[in-house]
Amino acid sequence: MEIDRPLPNPMTPEAKPYWDGLREQKLMLPRCNACGHVFWYPRVACPKCHARDIGWVQSKGRGTLHSFEIGHQSFNKAFKVPVPYVLAMVELAEGPRMLSNLINVEPDPKKLKCDIPVEVVFQKLTDEVTLPLFQPAGR
Amino acid sequence: MPNLRDLSSVACIVGVDESDEMGTLPHKSQLSLHVEAVTNAVRDAGLKMSDVDGIFTAGQHSPATIGEALGITPRYVDGTTVGGCSFIIMVGHAVAALHHGLCDVAVISHGESGRSQVGVSPRRDTAIPGQYEAPYGFGPAPTMFGLITTRHMHQYGTTLEQWAQVAVSTRKWAALNPKALRREPITVDDVLKARPVVWPFTVLNICLVTDAGGAVVLTRADRARDLAKKPVYVRGLGEGTEHVSLTQMKDLTFSEATRISGDKAFRMAGVGPSDFQHIMLYDAFTSGPPIMLESLGIAKRGEGVRFFEEGRSTPGGSLPINTNGGGLSYTHTGMYGIFPIIEAARQLRGECGARQVPNLRTSLVNGMGGMLSAAGTLVLSNER
Ligand SMILES: [Zn+2]
Repeated sequence: MEIDRPLPNPMTPEAKPYWDGLREQKLMLPRCNACGHVFWYPRVACPKCHARDIGWVQSKGRGTLHSFEIGHQSFNKAFKVPVPYVLAMVELAEGPRMLSNLINVEPDPKKLKCDIPVEVVFQKLTDEVTLPLFQPAGR
Repeated sequence: MPNLRDLSSVACIVGVDESDEMGTLPHKSQLSLHVEAVTNAVRDAGLKMSDVDGIFTAGQHSPATIGEALGITPRYVDGTTVGGCSFIIMVGHAVAALHHGLCDVAVISHGESGRSQVGVSPRRDTAIPGQYEAPYGFGPAPTMFGLITTRHMHQYGTTLEQWAQVAVSTRKWAALNPKALRREPITVDDVLKARPVVWPFTVLNICLVTDAGGAVVLTRADRARDLAKKPVYVRGLGEGTEHVSLTQMKDLTFSEATRISGDKAFRMAGVGPSDFQHIMLYDAFTSGPPIMLESLGIAKRGEGVRFFEEGRSTPGGSLPINTNGGGLSYTHTGMYGIFPIIEAARQLRGECGARQVPNLRTSLVNGMGGMLSAAGTLVLSNER
Protein backbone atom coordinates (compact mmCIF):
# COMPACT_ATOMS: atom_id res chain seq x y z
CA MET A 1 0.00 0.00 0.00
CA GLU A 2 1.24 3.47 -0.88
CA ILE A 3 2.13 5.58 2.13
CA ASP A 4 -0.29 8.50 2.05
CA ARG A 5 1.25 10.59 4.85
CA PRO A 6 4.56 12.15 5.89
CA LEU A 7 6.37 9.67 8.14
CA PRO A 8 7.36 10.98 11.56
CA ASN A 9 10.75 12.63 11.20
CA PRO A 10 12.82 12.67 13.32
CA MET A 11 11.78 9.92 15.73
CA THR A 12 13.47 11.07 18.92
CA PRO A 13 15.03 8.82 21.60
CA GLU A 14 12.76 10.08 24.39
CA ALA A 15 9.73 8.96 22.35
CA LYS A 16 10.98 5.42 21.64
CA PRO A 17 8.55 3.65 24.03
CA TYR A 18 5.68 5.51 22.32
CA TRP A 19 6.67 4.38 18.82
CA ASP A 20 7.53 0.87 20.07
CA GLY A 21 4.10 0.62 21.73
CA LEU A 22 2.24 1.67 18.60
CA ARG A 23 3.83 -1.20 16.63
CA GLU A 24 2.09 -3.53 19.12
CA GLN A 25 -1.21 -1.59 18.85
CA LYS A 26 -0.70 0.03 22.22
CA LEU A 27 -0.99 3.77 22.85
CA MET A 28 1.70 4.44 25.46
CA LEU A 29 1.84 7.73 27.36
CA PRO A 30 4.63 9.14 29.52
CA ARG A 31 3.79 9.24 33.22
CA CYS A 32 5.71 10.87 36.05
CA ASN A 33 6.75 8.33 38.67
CA ALA A 34 7.04 11.09 41.28
CA CYS A 35 3.63 12.79 41.03
CA GLY A 36 1.63 10.46 38.76
CA HIS A 37 1.01 13.13 36.10
CA VAL A 38 0.28 11.61 32.67
CA PHE A 39 1.39 14.04 29.98
CA TRP A 40 1.90 14.54 26.26
CA TYR A 41 4.38 14.85 24.48
CA PRO A 42 7.30 12.63 25.67
CA ARG A 43 9.91 14.55 27.66
CA VAL A 44 12.69 13.58 30.06
CA ALA A 45 11.30 15.71 32.91
CA CYS A 46 7.76 16.03 34.27
CA PRO A 47 6.18 19.31 33.09
CA LYS A 48 4.14 19.46 36.31
CA CYS A 49 6.55 18.67 39.19
CA HIS A 50 9.81 18.76 37.13
CA ALA A 51 10.99 15.37 38.43
CA ARG A 52 13.33 13.43 36.14
CA ASP A 53 11.75 10.03 36.87
CA ILE A 54 9.48 9.20 33.91
CA GLY A 55 7.71 5.91 33.24
CA TRP A 56 5.04 4.84 30.75
CA VAL A 57 1.38 3.77 30.99
CA GLN A 58 -0.89 2.27 28.36
CA SER A 59 -3.80 4.54 27.45
CA LYS A 60 -7.26 3.01 27.26
CA GLY A 61 -7.42 4.76 23.89
CA ARG A 62 -10.61 6.65 24.69
CA GLY A 63 -11.28 10.35 24.89
CA THR A 64 -13.23 13.21 23.41
CA LEU A 65 -12.94 15.34 20.28
CA HIS A 66 -11.66 18.54 21.87
CA SER A 67 -11.60 20.47 18.60
CA PHE A 68 -11.48 19.84 14.86
CA GLU A 69 -11.08 21.29 11.38
CA ILE A 70 -11.95 20.09 7.90
CA GLY A 71 -8.97 20.16 5.54
CA HIS A 72 -9.97 21.20 2.01
CA GLN A 73 -6.45 20.96 0.65
CA SER A 74 -3.20 19.26 1.57
CA PHE A 75 -0.58 21.43 3.24
CA ASN A 76 2.32 19.04 2.66
CA LYS A 77 3.31 17.28 -0.58
CA ALA A 78 3.67 14.00 1.28
CA PHE A 79 0.15 14.20 2.78
CA LYS A 80 -2.05 12.52 0.17
CA VAL A 81 -5.14 11.64 2.21
CA PRO A 82 -8.10 12.60 -0.04
CA VAL A 83 -9.85 15.88 0.78
CA PRO A 84 -11.90 16.72 2.73
CA TYR A 85 -10.40 15.15 5.84
CA VAL A 86 -10.76 15.84 9.56
CA LEU A 87 -7.88 17.32 11.56
CA ALA A 88 -8.50 16.63 15.22
CA MET A 89 -7.36 17.50 18.70
CA VAL A 90 -8.29 14.62 21.01
CA GLU A 91 -8.44 14.88 24.78
CA LEU A 92 -7.60 11.44 26.16
CA ALA A 93 -9.40 10.12 29.25
CA GLU A 94 -6.00 10.06 30.99
CA GLY A 95 -5.80 13.86 30.59
CA PRO A 96 -3.40 14.87 27.83
CA ARG A 97 -4.40 16.23 24.45
CA MET A 98 -2.87 15.07 21.17
CA LEU A 99 -3.26 15.91 17.48
CA SER A 100 -4.52 13.27 15.07
CA ASN A 101 -7.20 12.66 12.45
CA LEU A 102 -10.80 11.64 12.97
CA ILE A 103 -11.64 8.87 10.48
CA ASN A 104 -14.65 6.71 9.58
CA VAL A 105 -16.81 9.80 9.76
CA GLU A 106 -18.40 12.20 7.27
CA PRO A 107 -16.10 15.24 7.07
CA ASP A 108 -18.98 17.71 7.46
CA PRO A 109 -18.85 20.39 10.18
CA LYS A 110 -22.64 20.14 10.57
CA LYS A 111 -22.30 16.50 11.57
CA LEU A 112 -19.38 16.88 13.95
CA LYS A 113 -19.35 18.40 17.40
CA CYS A 114 -16.66 19.12 19.96
CA ASP A 115 -16.60 16.78 22.97
CA ILE A 116 -18.10 13.70 21.21
CA PRO A 117 -16.54 10.46 22.50
CA VAL A 118 -13.79 8.99 20.32
CA GLU A 119 -11.58 5.89 20.37
CA VAL A 120 -8.18 5.07 18.93
CA VAL A 121 -7.72 3.15 15.66
CA PHE A 122 -4.19 2.01 14.81
CA GLN A 123 -2.99 2.62 11.27
CA LYS A 124 0.16 0.78 10.22
CA LEU A 125 2.21 2.76 7.68
CA THR A 126 5.48 0.77 7.61
CA ASP A 127 7.10 -1.96 9.70
CA GLU A 128 8.53 0.84 11.83
CA VAL A 129 5.63 3.26 12.00
CA THR A 130 2.07 2.84 13.20
CA LEU A 131 0.00 5.97 13.90
CA PRO A 132 -2.84 6.45 16.39
CA LEU A 133 -5.91 7.76 14.53
CA PHE A 134 -9.35 8.18 16.11
CA GLN A 135 -12.97 7.44 15.21
CA PRO A 136 -16.28 8.13 16.94
CA ALA A 137 -16.57 5.70 19.88
CA GLY A 138 -18.66 2.53 19.64
CA ARG A 139 -18.62 2.12 15.87
CA MET B 1 12.73 46.81 44.84
CA PRO B 2 12.62 47.47 41.10
CA ASN B 3 9.43 49.22 40.05
CA LEU B 4 7.90 48.58 36.61
CA ARG B 5 6.74 52.18 36.46
CA ASP B 6 10.42 53.31 36.32
CA LEU B 7 10.58 52.09 32.70
CA SER B 8 7.46 53.98 31.60
CA SER B 9 8.12 56.70 28.99
CA VAL B 10 11.92 56.60 29.36
CA ALA B 11 12.27 55.93 25.62
CA CYS B 12 10.42 56.85 22.46
CA ILE B 13 9.77 55.56 18.98
CA VAL B 14 11.37 58.22 16.80
CA GLY B 15 11.45 56.62 13.36
CA VAL B 16 9.26 54.12 11.49
CA ASP B 17 8.93 52.95 7.91
CA GLU B 18 8.41 50.05 5.57
CA SER B 19 10.65 48.80 2.75
CA ASP B 20 10.55 50.79 -0.53
CA GLU B 21 7.96 48.38 -1.92
CA MET B 22 5.61 45.77 -0.44
CA GLY B 23 3.69 42.95 -2.07
CA THR B 24 5.12 40.39 -4.50
CA LEU B 25 8.81 41.23 -4.93
CA PRO B 26 10.69 38.43 -6.72
CA HIS B 27 13.44 40.96 -7.54
CA LYS B 28 14.36 41.58 -3.87
CA SER B 29 16.06 39.34 -1.33
CA GLN B 30 14.92 39.06 2.26
CA LEU B 31 18.08 40.82 3.42
CA SER B 32 17.46 43.73 1.03
CA LEU B 33 14.00 44.19 2.56
CA HIS B 34 15.69 44.61 5.98
CA VAL B 35 18.19 47.13 4.65
CA GLU B 36 15.55 49.19 2.83
CA ALA B 37 13.30 49.35 5.89
CA VAL B 38 16.09 50.33 8.28
CA THR B 39 17.46 52.98 5.91
CA ASN B 40 13.98 54.48 5.53
CA ALA B 41 13.18 54.41 9.26
CA VAL B 42 16.52 55.98 10.26
CA ARG B 43 15.92 58.75 7.71
CA ASP B 44 12.38 59.22 9.10
CA ALA B 45 13.93 59.81 12.53
CA GLY B 46 16.33 62.40 11.16
CA LEU B 47 19.28 60.25 12.28
CA LYS B 48 22.31 58.85 10.43
CA MET B 49 22.99 55.13 10.09
CA SER B 50 26.20 55.68 12.04
CA ASP B 51 24.10 56.80 15.04
CA VAL B 52 22.64 53.28 15.34
CA ASP B 53 24.38 51.17 17.99
CA GLY B 54 21.70 48.65 18.94
CA ILE B 55 20.26 46.07 16.54
CA PHE B 56 17.21 43.96 17.26
CA THR B 57 15.80 41.45 14.80
CA ALA B 58 13.87 38.17 14.74
CA GLY B 59 13.53 35.41 12.20
CA GLN B 60 16.07 33.83 9.90
CA HIS B 61 18.77 36.50 10.01
CA SER B 62 20.75 37.23 13.17
CA PRO B 63 21.30 40.81 14.36
CA ALA B 64 24.95 40.32 13.35
CA THR B 65 23.89 39.70 9.75
CA ILE B 66 21.77 42.85 9.76
CA GLY B 67 24.58 44.91 11.28
CA GLU B 68 27.01 43.67 8.68
CA ALA B 69 24.59 44.35 5.82
CA LEU B 70 24.01 47.89 7.11
CA GLY B 71 27.74 48.47 7.60
CA ILE B 72 27.57 49.22 11.31
CA THR B 73 29.11 47.61 14.38
CA PRO B 74 26.46 47.53 17.11
CA ARG B 75 27.37 47.37 20.78
CA TYR B 76 24.05 45.79 21.71
CA VAL B 77 22.17 42.99 19.88
CA ASP B 78 19.01 40.99 20.50
CA GLY B 79 17.68 38.13 18.37
CA THR B 80 14.73 36.96 20.46
CA THR B 81 12.61 34.87 18.11
CA VAL B 82 9.29 33.75 19.55
CA GLY B 83 7.12 34.25 16.48
CA GLY B 84 5.63 37.26 14.77
CA CYS B 85 5.23 39.29 17.96
CA SER B 86 9.00 39.25 18.52
CA PHE B 87 9.32 42.80 17.16
CA ILE B 88 6.70 44.05 19.62
CA ILE B 89 8.54 42.34 22.46
CA MET B 90 11.80 43.88 21.21
CA VAL B 91 10.42 47.38 21.71
CA GLY B 92 10.37 46.44 25.39
CA HIS B 93 13.87 45.00 25.24
CA ALA B 94 15.10 48.15 23.47
CA VAL B 95 13.51 50.41 26.10
CA ALA B 96 15.30 48.50 28.87
CA ALA B 97 18.62 48.58 27.01
CA LEU B 98 18.31 52.30 26.23
CA HIS B 99 17.34 53.09 29.83
CA HIS B 100 20.49 51.43 31.15
CA GLY B 101 22.76 52.94 28.50
CA LEU B 102 23.52 49.62 26.83
CA CYS B 103 22.86 51.40 23.55
CA ASP B 104 21.75 54.90 22.52
CA VAL B 105 19.88 54.38 19.25
CA ALA B 106 18.05 51.07 18.81
CA VAL B 107 16.77 49.75 15.51
CA ILE B 108 14.26 46.92 15.30
CA SER B 109 14.41 45.39 11.83
CA HIS B 110 12.11 43.06 9.94
CA GLY B 111 12.45 41.79 6.39
CA GLU B 112 10.73 38.73 5.00
CA SER B 113 10.38 37.37 1.51
CA GLY B 114 7.30 35.48 2.67
CA ARG B 115 5.73 35.21 -0.75
CA SER B 116 8.62 35.04 -3.22
CA GLN B 117 11.07 33.22 -0.89
CA VAL B 118 14.14 35.04 -2.24
CA GLY B 119 17.23 34.51 -0.07
CA VAL B 120 15.32 32.40 2.43
CA SER B 121 16.72 29.26 4.09
CA PRO B 122 14.51 26.15 3.84
CA ARG B 123 12.63 25.10 6.93
CA ARG B 124 13.58 21.87 8.67
CA ASP B 125 11.33 19.70 10.75
CA THR B 126 12.01 19.76 14.42
CA ALA B 127 11.22 16.95 16.82
CA ILE B 128 7.73 18.02 17.85
CA PRO B 129 5.97 19.06 14.63
CA GLY B 130 7.84 16.43 12.59
CA GLN B 131 6.81 13.67 14.93
CA TYR B 132 3.42 14.60 16.35
CA GLU B 133 1.83 17.02 13.84
CA ALA B 134 2.97 16.51 10.23
CA PRO B 135 1.84 12.84 9.88
CA TYR B 136 -1.79 13.98 10.37
CA GLY B 137 -1.67 16.82 7.84
CA PHE B 138 -0.97 19.63 10.30
CA GLY B 139 1.56 22.19 9.15
CA PRO B 140 1.08 25.86 8.37
CA ALA B 141 -0.68 28.19 10.79
CA PRO B 142 -4.25 27.82 9.42
CA THR B 143 -4.20 24.10 10.31
CA MET B 144 -3.57 25.07 13.94
CA PHE B 145 -5.49 28.29 14.47
CA GLY B 146 -8.64 26.61 13.14
CA LEU B 147 -8.64 24.37 16.23
CA ILE B 148 -8.66 27.44 18.48
CA THR B 149 -11.48 28.90 16.40
CA THR B 150 -13.68 25.77 16.37
CA ARG B 151 -13.38 25.41 20.14
CA HIS B 152 -14.33 29.07 20.64
CA MET B 153 -17.44 28.52 18.47
CA HIS B 154 -18.33 25.44 20.53
CA GLN B 155 -17.84 27.15 23.88
CA TYR B 156 -19.35 30.57 23.16
CA GLY B 157 -21.61 30.03 20.15
CA THR B 158 -19.50 32.37 17.99
CA THR B 159 -20.48 32.07 14.32
CA LEU B 160 -18.74 32.09 10.95
CA GLU B 161 -20.68 35.27 10.14
CA GLN B 162 -19.20 37.00 13.20
CA TRP B 163 -15.62 36.06 12.30
CA ALA B 164 -16.31 37.34 8.78
CA GLN B 165 -17.19 40.77 10.24
CA VAL B 166 -13.55 41.09 11.31
CA ALA B 167 -12.42 40.73 7.68
CA VAL B 168 -15.06 43.21 6.50
CA SER B 169 -14.11 45.84 9.12
CA THR B 170 -10.41 45.49 8.39
CA ARG B 171 -10.96 45.80 4.64
CA LYS B 172 -12.81 49.10 5.21
CA TRP B 173 -9.62 50.46 6.81
CA ALA B 174 -7.47 49.05 4.00
CA ALA B 175 -9.56 51.01 1.49
CA LEU B 176 -8.24 54.18 3.21
CA ASN B 177 -4.58 53.10 3.18
CA PRO B 178 -2.77 53.62 -0.16
CA LYS B 179 -0.12 51.08 0.93
CA ALA B 180 -2.65 48.29 1.52
CA LEU B 181 -2.51 45.41 -0.95
CA ARG B 182 -6.25 44.57 -1.02
CA ARG B 183 -8.52 47.61 -1.04
CA GLU B 184 -11.74 46.55 -2.82
CA PRO B 185 -14.75 46.32 -0.47
CA ILE B 186 -15.94 42.90 0.72
CA THR B 187 -19.10 41.64 2.44
CA VAL B 188 -19.77 38.93 5.03
CA ASP B 189 -21.17 36.83 2.20
CA ASP B 190 -17.97 37.24 0.18
CA VAL B 191 -15.98 35.89 3.14
CA LEU B 192 -18.31 32.93 3.71
CA LYS B 193 -18.37 31.98 0.01
CA ALA B 194 -14.65 32.40 -0.66
CA ARG B 195 -12.48 29.34 -1.37
CA PRO B 196 -12.53 26.97 1.61
CA VAL B 197 -9.00 26.30 2.90
CA VAL B 198 -9.48 24.57 6.22
CA TRP B 199 -12.90 24.86 7.85
CA PRO B 200 -13.72 27.10 9.73
CA PHE B 201 -11.58 29.30 7.46
CA THR B 202 -12.09 30.39 3.88
CA VAL B 203 -9.22 32.18 2.19
CA LEU B 204 -10.67 35.57 3.29
CA ASN B 205 -10.37 34.57 6.97
CA ILE B 206 -6.62 34.16 6.51
CA CYS B 207 -3.94 36.84 6.21
CA LEU B 208 -2.15 37.75 3.00
CA VAL B 209 1.28 36.32 2.22
CA THR B 210 3.60 39.11 1.05
CA ASP B 211 7.20 40.29 0.74
CA ALA B 212 8.02 43.37 2.82
CA GLY B 213 10.25 44.92 5.43
CA GLY B 214 9.59 47.25 8.32
CA ALA B 215 11.73 49.00 10.91
CA VAL B 216 11.32 50.99 14.11
CA VAL B 217 13.93 53.32 15.65
CA LEU B 218 14.00 54.16 19.36
CA THR B 219 16.05 56.42 21.56
CA ARG B 220 15.85 57.86 25.09
CA ALA B 221 13.15 60.47 25.69
CA ASP B 222 15.58 63.39 26.28
CA ARG B 223 17.20 62.90 22.86
CA ALA B 224 13.89 62.07 21.16
CA ARG B 225 12.55 65.56 21.66
CA ASP B 226 15.24 67.05 19.36
CA LEU B 227 14.68 64.72 16.41
CA ALA B 228 12.73 65.07 13.16
CA LYS B 229 9.34 63.73 14.20
CA LYS B 230 7.01 64.00 17.17
CA PRO B 231 8.17 61.37 19.70
CA VAL B 232 5.91 58.44 20.53
CA TYR B 233 6.37 57.46 24.18
CA VAL B 234 6.49 53.80 25.17
CA ARG B 235 4.40 54.09 28.33
CA GLY B 236 3.91 50.38 28.93
CA LEU B 237 5.38 47.13 27.65
CA GLY B 238 4.89 43.46 28.38
CA GLU B 239 5.65 40.02 27.03
CA GLY B 240 4.80 36.42 27.80
CA THR B 241 4.88 32.90 26.40
CA GLU B 242 2.69 29.97 27.32
CA HIS B 243 3.26 27.14 24.85
CA VAL B 244 4.43 26.33 21.35
CA SER B 245 2.53 23.12 20.56
CA LEU B 246 -1.19 23.70 20.62
CA THR B 247 -1.69 20.54 22.69
CA GLN B 248 0.08 22.35 25.54
CA MET B 249 -2.28 25.37 25.57
CA LYS B 250 -4.36 25.20 28.73
CA ASP B 251 -7.53 26.76 27.29
CA LEU B 252 -7.79 26.96 23.50
CA THR B 253 -10.14 29.94 23.76
CA PHE B 254 -7.95 32.13 25.96
CA SER B 255 -4.34 33.22 25.55
CA GLU B 256 -2.48 33.21 28.84
CA ALA B 257 0.57 34.76 27.13
CA THR B 258 -1.60 37.64 25.93
CA ARG B 259 -3.07 38.17 29.40
CA ILE B 260 0.37 38.21 31.05
CA SER B 261 1.80 40.65 28.50
CA GLY B 262 -1.19 42.96 28.72
CA ASP B 263 -1.33 43.03 32.53
CA LYS B 264 2.32 44.05 32.71
CA ALA B 265 1.98 46.75 30.04
CA PHE B 266 -1.18 48.20 31.59
CA ARG B 267 0.36 48.30 35.08
CA MET B 268 3.51 49.98 33.82
CA ALA B 269 1.51 52.61 31.94
CA GLY B 270 -0.99 53.08 34.73
CA VAL B 271 -3.92 52.46 32.36
CA GLY B 272 -6.90 50.12 32.30
CA PRO B 273 -8.27 48.01 29.43
CA SER B 274 -10.79 50.73 28.48
CA ASP B 275 -8.30 53.62 28.24
CA PHE B 276 -7.44 53.28 24.53
CA GLN B 277 -8.78 55.23 21.55
CA HIS B 278 -7.03 53.02 18.99
CA ILE B 279 -6.00 49.36 18.94
CA MET B 280 -3.62 47.40 16.71
CA LEU B 281 -3.96 43.60 16.96
CA TYR B 282 -2.13 40.83 15.12
CA ASP B 283 -4.71 39.56 12.64
CA ALA B 284 -3.25 36.49 10.99
CA PHE B 285 -6.81 35.08 11.17
CA THR B 286 -10.19 36.74 11.63
CA SER B 287 -10.69 34.95 14.95
CA GLY B 288 -7.42 36.30 16.40
CA PRO B 289 -8.36 39.90 17.26
CA PRO B 290 -11.59 39.00 19.12
CA ILE B 291 -9.77 36.38 21.21
CA MET B 292 -6.97 38.89 21.93
CA LEU B 293 -9.53 41.47 23.11
CA GLU B 294 -10.95 38.82 25.45
CA SER B 295 -7.53 37.73 26.73
CA LEU B 296 -6.53 41.37 27.38
CA GLY B 297 -9.70 41.96 29.41
CA ILE B 298 -11.00 44.55 26.91
CA ALA B 299 -13.96 42.31 26.01
CA LYS B 300 -15.78 39.73 28.13
CA ARG B 301 -15.07 36.08 27.29
CA GLY B 302 -16.88 35.17 24.07
CA GLU B 303 -17.81 38.78 23.27
CA GLY B 304 -14.76 40.09 21.39
CA VAL B 305 -16.52 39.72 18.03
CA ARG B 306 -19.11 42.30 19.10
CA PHE B 307 -16.54 45.09 18.66
CA PHE B 308 -16.52 44.20 14.97
CA GLU B 309 -20.13 43.25 14.26
CA GLU B 310 -21.44 46.39 16.01
CA GLY B 311 -19.16 48.60 13.92
CA ARG B 312 -17.09 49.96 16.82
CA SER B 313 -13.87 48.83 15.11
CA THR B 314 -14.57 50.40 11.70
CA PRO B 315 -13.81 53.85 10.25
CA GLY B 316 -15.94 56.32 12.21
CA GLY B 317 -16.49 53.78 15.01
CA SER B 318 -15.83 54.41 18.70
CA LEU B 319 -12.76 52.15 18.94
CA PRO B 320 -10.84 51.89 15.65
CA ILE B 321 -9.01 48.55 15.30
CA ASN B 322 -6.32 47.64 12.74
CA THR B 323 -6.43 50.96 10.89
CA ASN B 324 -3.68 50.01 8.41
CA GLY B 325 -5.86 47.26 6.96
CA GLY B 326 -4.14 44.58 9.00
CA GLY B 327 -2.47 41.36 8.03
CA LEU B 328 -5.79 40.48 6.39
CA SER B 329 -5.70 43.29 3.80
CA TYR B 330 -2.58 45.51 4.08
CA THR B 331 0.43 43.21 4.26
CA HIS B 332 1.51 40.02 6.07
CA THR B 333 4.98 38.71 5.46
CA GLY B 334 4.89 35.85 7.97
CA MET B 335 6.19 37.65 11.06
CA TYR B 336 3.80 40.64 10.94
CA GLY B 337 4.58 42.22 14.34
CA ILE B 338 6.63 45.22 13.13
CA PHE B 339 3.74 46.62 11.09
CA PRO B 340 1.19 47.30 13.86
CA ILE B 341 3.91 49.29 15.70
CA ILE B 342 4.56 51.38 12.57
CA GLU B 343 0.85 52.13 12.17
CA ALA B 344 0.33 53.05 15.84
CA ALA B 345 3.30 55.46 15.70
CA ARG B 346 1.97 57.09 12.51
CA GLN B 347 -1.51 57.44 14.04
CA LEU B 348 -0.08 59.01 17.22
CA ARG B 349 1.92 61.47 15.09
CA GLY B 350 -1.24 62.36 13.12
CA GLU B 351 0.19 61.30 9.74
CA CYS B 352 -2.58 58.98 8.55
CA GLY B 353 -4.68 61.17 6.24
CA ALA B 354 -8.06 59.63 5.36
CA ARG B 355 -7.70 56.94 8.02
CA GLN B 356 -6.44 59.22 10.82
CA VAL B 357 -8.11 58.54 14.18
CA PRO B 358 -9.08 61.99 15.54
CA ASN B 359 -7.88 63.31 18.93
CA LEU B 360 -5.74 60.23 19.52
CA ARG B 361 -3.58 60.12 22.65
CA THR B 362 -3.16 56.49 23.65
CA SER B 363 -2.82 53.49 21.39
CA LEU B 364 -2.57 49.77 22.20
CA VAL B 365 -0.42 47.36 20.21
CA ASN B 366 -0.80 43.66 20.92
CA GLY B 367 0.52 40.78 18.90
CA MET B 368 0.91 37.04 19.06
CA GLY B 369 3.71 34.70 18.21
CA GLY B 370 2.81 31.24 16.94
CA MET B 371 -0.68 30.16 17.86
CA LEU B 372 -1.34 32.68 20.67
CA SER B 373 1.77 31.01 22.08
CA ALA B 374 3.77 34.16 22.79
CA ALA B 375 2.57 37.72 23.07
CA GLY B 376 3.82 41.28 23.26
CA THR B 377 1.85 44.34 24.34
CA LEU B 378 2.72 48.05 24.08
CA VAL B 379 0.95 51.11 25.43
CA LEU B 380 2.02 53.99 23.17
CA SER B 381 1.22 57.66 23.59
CA ASN B 382 2.06 61.05 22.08
CA GLU B 383 2.26 62.47 25.61
CA ARG B 384 4.58 61.43 28.35
ZN1 LIG C 1 5.61 14.97 38.16
